[in-house]
Amino acid sequence: MGVLVLLDHEAGIIKQPSRSAIAAATKLGEVHALVAGHGVQAAAAAAAKLPGVAKVLLADAPDYAHAMAEPMTALLVSLAPGYSHLLAATTAIGKNIMPRVAALLDCQPISDISGVVDADTFVRPIYAGNAMATVKSSDAKKVITVRAASFDPVAAEGGSAPIEAIAAVASPEISRFISAELSKSERPELTAARVVISGGRGMQNGDNFALLDPIADALGAAVGASRAAVDAGFVPNDYQVGQTGKIVAPDLYIAVGISGAIQHLAGMKDSKVIVAINKDEEAPIFSVADYGLVADLFVALPEFAAELKKA
Amino acid sequence: MKILVPVKRVVDYNVKVRVKSDGTGVETAGVKMSMNPFDEIGIEEAVRLKEKGVATEIVAVSMGVAACAETIRTALAMGADRGILVETDADLQPLAVAKLMKALVDKEQPGLVILGKQAIDDDMSATGQMLAALLGWAQGTFASKVTIDGDKMEVIREVDGGLETVSLNLPAIITTDLRLNEPRYASLPNIMKARKKPIDNVKPEDLGVDVTPRLTVVSVAEPPKRQAGVKVGSVAELVAKLRTEAKVI
Repeated sequence: MGVLVLLDHEAGIIKQPSRSAIAAATKLGEVHALVAGHGVQAAAAAAAKLPGVAKVLLADAPDYAHAMAEPMTALLVSLAPGYSHLLAATTAIGKNIMPRVAALLDCQPISDISGVVDADTFVRPIYAGNAMATVKSSDAKKVITVRAASFDPVAAEGGSAPIEAIAAVASPEISRFISAELSKSERPELTAARVVISGGRGMQNGDNFALLDPIADALGAAVGASRAAVDAGFVPNDYQVGQTGKIVAPDLYIAVGISGAIQHLAGMKDSKVIVAINKDEEAPIFSVADYGLVADLFVALPEFAAELKKA
Repeated sequence: MKILVPVKRVVDYNVKVRVKSDGTGVETAGVKMSMNPFDEIGIEEAVRLKEKGVATEIVAVSMGVAACAETIRTALAMGADRGILVETDADLQPLAVAKLMKALVDKEQPGLVILGKQAIDDDMSATGQMLAALLGWAQGTFASKVTIDGDKMEVIREVDGGLETVSLNLPAIITTDLRLNEPRYASLPNIMKARKKPIDNVKPEDLGVDVTPRLTVVSVAEPPKRQAGVKVGSVAELVAKLRTEAKVI
C-alpha cells in the first residue's frame, strides 16, 4: 500500500511545503498526490510534474473550493483504505484536516514530523523544539503532518504522473466558508523564502516595519515578525514566526529588534545562517546568531539597505 | 448554553525544559507546572461568553494525575463554574483525550467546546479537530474571533495567508489562537471562591474509554545545539561577512 499526500495549492501552483511533504512521503512508499478544490485542473497538472509522484488524484467540486475541514475529511477518509500512510504539510490546511481524518480512522496522528526513521517510526520536535522525540506508531494507518523546514522540497518539474479524476464524497453541511482576508504581498512566502527578515517589539510600531522593505527588496526576502510584534498589532498574524506561528528554515534569517524568546527561536533556529541586530547585547537571540550586531536598529537598517546597494 | 473547556497541566512556558539523561523524556520533577496558555484563552473566552449572557455554565475538564485538580482550580478562579477531573496515571495522547472528552460531551450535552489550538508540551495540535470528528461537529480551529448568533457561530480563523471567516452550525468546536483574547488574572476573592466550587472525579474506565497509547516514545534527545557566532562591529562588516564568508547574499 502506498502513501497519499494532500497538497496545498493556490492559483495552479503546488505550495512549497507540500513539495517537502512529497519528499518525506517518498521515503515511505509509492506516492499518490491528492489535489482537491474547485476549478483546479492547473494545480493537478502541476502536481503531475512533481518528481516522485506516481499518480495524481483530482477531486474537483464546489465542496472543496475552500479546503474546509468537514468535506475534505470525508474525502480523505473515503480514500484511506487504499493507503498505509496519509500525509500533508504542517500548514493551516494540513493541521486543520489531518487530525480530523485520524480520529475517524481511529488513529493517533503524528504531527509535524522532522524525520522518517522507518514506516512506523518518526522524529518530531516537542516542547518548542527543545527536545526531539522519536515515536513509533502501533496504528494500522499513519496520519502524519510534515514539518516542511525539515525536508528539502522535491523540484517543481521533472515528473509526468497520470491524473485520475475522482468523484466528490457526500458530507453533512455543517460548516460554510464566508470570506478570506488574505495579506497581499509581492514578496515570497515566509515558509518558502530563501531569506527572511523579521522584526520584533524593538520596531516600536507598524510603520517602522517599512524600514525592513528596502532590505527585503534587495535580498528577495520574506518579511516576518515575532509574536510580540503581532500581539502589539504592528503586523498581521500571518507574519508570526515561532512555536505557534510559522516554522521557517531559510538560508539567511535576519532578526531585527527581536530579543529571542524560546518560542521565537523554535520557529527559526534551523535557519542556515542567522543574523541578529539588537541594541541589547545580552539579548538571547545572540546565543543562536552566527553574526550579531549590537546596534540601534533605526541607525543600522538604513545603513544595511545602503550597503546592499553597493555592488 | 453550557460550555466545556478542557485545560491541560503542562510545564510552564517560561521553563527551559531539559532532556533526561537516560533519553526517556524531559525532566518534569520539581518543574513549575501551569495551565496550557491556549487553554487559558479558552477559559477566558467562555467566561466572556457567560458575561455576555450567551453561556449559562462553564465546566472545566482536566485529565491526568491528581495534581491536574490544581489546573481546574485555576480555571474555577478565572470564572468556570465547576470541574471534572479524569484521573489517571496513564500517558494520555490526543486520541484518548478526544475519546474521553466525547464521553463527557455525551453526558454533559454542551453547546460548545473550546480547546486550546495546541498544548505547548507535545505540540500536537490535534485534540480539538479529533473531538469534532468523533462528535460529527463542525470545527473552528485557530480562532481569533468568535460570534455566536442563535444556532450558528461565526469564527474568524488565523490561516497561513491571513484570516478566514467561516460559519458553523452549533454545537461545534473552537480551538483558540493567540489573538482571541487576553486572559484575566484571577483575583484573590475569586481564588477563595474557587475553593468551594465542586470538582467531580472520574476514571477513564468510568467513561468506558481505552486510553492505551498508540505512540511509543522510543527516545527523546536534545536537538542539535547552535553555537553562538561572532559579533560584528559595523553594518559594513556584517554585509561583507554575509557576502564573502557565509556566501548567502
